[in-house]
Amino acid sequence: MGLDLRLPIGVLFTALGLVLVIYGATSDPAIYARSLGINVNLVWGCVLLVFGLAMLAASRWRAVK
Amino acid sequence: MTLTLVDGLIIGLYLLVVVAIGVALRRRTKTSEDFFLSGRSIPAWVAGLAFMSANMGAQEVVGMAASGAKYGLATSHFYWVGAIPAMVFLGLFMMPLYYGSRARSVPEYLKLRFDEKTRLLNAATFAFMTVISSGISMYAMGLLLNLLLGWPFDLSIWLWAGVVLLYVFMGGLTSGIYNEVLQFFLIVFGFAPLVILGLIDIGGWSGLMASLADVSLQRGYPADAFTTVWRHTGSAATSPLGVDWLGISMGLGFVLSFGYWCTDFLLIQRAMAAHSLSAARQAPIIAAIPKLLFPALVILPGMIAIGLTHRAGGLSFPLKPDGSLNYDLAMPLMLARYLPAGLLGLGITALMASFMSGMAGNVTAFNTVWTYDLYQAHIKPNASDKHYLNVGRIATVAGVLLSIAAAYLAARFNNIMDLLQLVFAFVNAPLFATFLLGMFWRRTTGHGAFSGLLMGTVGAALHHGLTIPQHAIPGIKGGWLFIVHTYPSEMAQNFSTAIVAWTVCFLVTVLVSLITVPRQADQLKGLVYSLTERGYEKPAAWYLNPALLAPLVLIAALALNLIFW
Repeated sequence: MGLDLRLPIGVLFTALGLVLVIYGATSDPAIYARSLGINVNLVWGCVLLVFGLAMLAASRWRAVK
Repeated sequence: MTLTLVDGLIIGLYLLVVVAIGVALRRRTKTSEDFFLSGRSIPAWVAGLAFMSANMGAQEVVGMAASGAKYGLATSHFYWVGAIPAMVFLGLFMMPLYYGSRARSVPEYLKLRFDEKTRLLNAATFAFMTVISSGISMYAMGLLLNLLLGWPFDLSIWLWAGVVLLYVFMGGLTSGIYNEVLQFFLIVFGFAPLVILGLIDIGGWSGLMASLADVSLQRGYPADAFTTVWRHTGSAATSPLGVDWLGISMGLGFVLSFGYWCTDFLLIQRAMAAHSLSAARQAPIIAAIPKLLFPALVILPGMIAIGLTHRAGGLSFPLKPDGSLNYDLAMPLMLARYLPAGLLGLGITALMASFMSGMAGNVTAFNTVWTYDLYQAHIKPNASDKHYLNVGRIATVAGVLLSIAAAYLAARFNNIMDLLQLVFAFVNAPLFATFLLGMFWRRTTGHGAFSGLLMGTVGAALHHGLTIPQHAIPGIKGGWLFIVHTYPSEMAQNFSTAIVAWTVCFLVTVLVSLITVPRQADQLKGLVYSLTERGYEKPAAWYLNPALLAPLVLIAALALNLIFW
């Protein structure tokens, strides 16, 4: 098939995760009033990052195999 | 709601990856089969997720939340009774014929099984319908983005249509499929935080049940009508859908959902692109697994939103011009309430992704049916493959432009669109009877199929002309001939129209088939189930075996129906 779809998925979600983590770590805590006081950017950014890296690892693993 | 820089960055990253996928696939798209069917090379999990998301255009995402707010948990019938059994049936029994016959489209299967006129009828209505429905959803999205973010209507339409055109033009169906899978993950990750935060806020499932009990009682239903699926469907009056259990199981569960999931080329195309028959059979069944759980992501936000309207400091829905609640805003309201800058961008990206992939789905199905079933069959047969590839690319441009025209038509003449959708509903309603008989009764003839389809459509139109939902004015809602029956709700009328169309088509097809000459058995090999060999190759992994997955999926669907009975 050529292009392994896990690669672009991994790239996108890793990048999104990084953006959210960095923004979550640096943003004004006041904006989290609406998300019940939880810094959802930081938390969810980590989730996206893990998913993105897992997808990247999977596509890498297939390429090596 | 306003977007900040970080939201823009997230949307921009998504667009960048979308276009990059198109560019990367361009070099790999050399033949018409690459362009229209991904060279039949897609792995089962990709085809399955694309199959599931192709149906999840923005209109469905927004619409399912709206229905969740309007009808409560009963909306899950569209998943747990509507979609799942049909998807499993398609994978087990119909994909061997669609894929095994090597037909390149659903209309082409009709040509192989029956004759040219049946194909032409199906191909022409399908091609027209995809363009119109793509236009209608584009119009809806343009309106929503305008309302939500203040983006100009024209800008949204041309910009998103341009991106879709770019990636489909370059990578064809593969681009479409890849972006659908991307969209699947964006919806999951974009809406999950919304649901989690909403549930925490409203006090978990028990808090939601308490809030929705107020909503139910206020609307004159039993207290738990909004949080159960079957308990109050004994009569149409106590069911929030306005349909009783028989209408739900026959109309939605059987006729409408099998008609949609098992015959709509937009969906089947995803499975046809799989790399083997075994993968093509797995695709709809793999798709059924997330489908089981999706009510939590798309219906639950609507239910939470309406629950919050009954709480101090909760939500309030804007009103429509006629004074009713504008349920379509359930999902946007929830996005604005719970998501801060950052995650808001992700949520909006998920909406946009579903909008674009819904449109790309229509465009990829349109260009295939146009090129193979109309152009090659009727205008220019026997040209080179290169020629058809070019025609497909031109059809992609034309399809996008026609969708844009349809979007503006919808903005100007909403009534025309309602009328067209009604006519399409009549044309589609009988389809499943034709496929069922064609695939499983070898005696079915082309004349039988064709006349069955026509009469089924006429039957649907007549039923609509003779009946009307309560409190409606005769006209586009029905009763335009004279009224012989009044239904408790519009949905009940729709389900009955479908049942009538199916039954008429079934009977007419059988009768006409019996008096016309059938084809020889050896011509029907691979086209009729009983005449097709069933030595399937081994699936890639034991857990992908349809014989194992299918019963598990059905048991899970049954369990969900019982848990939320």
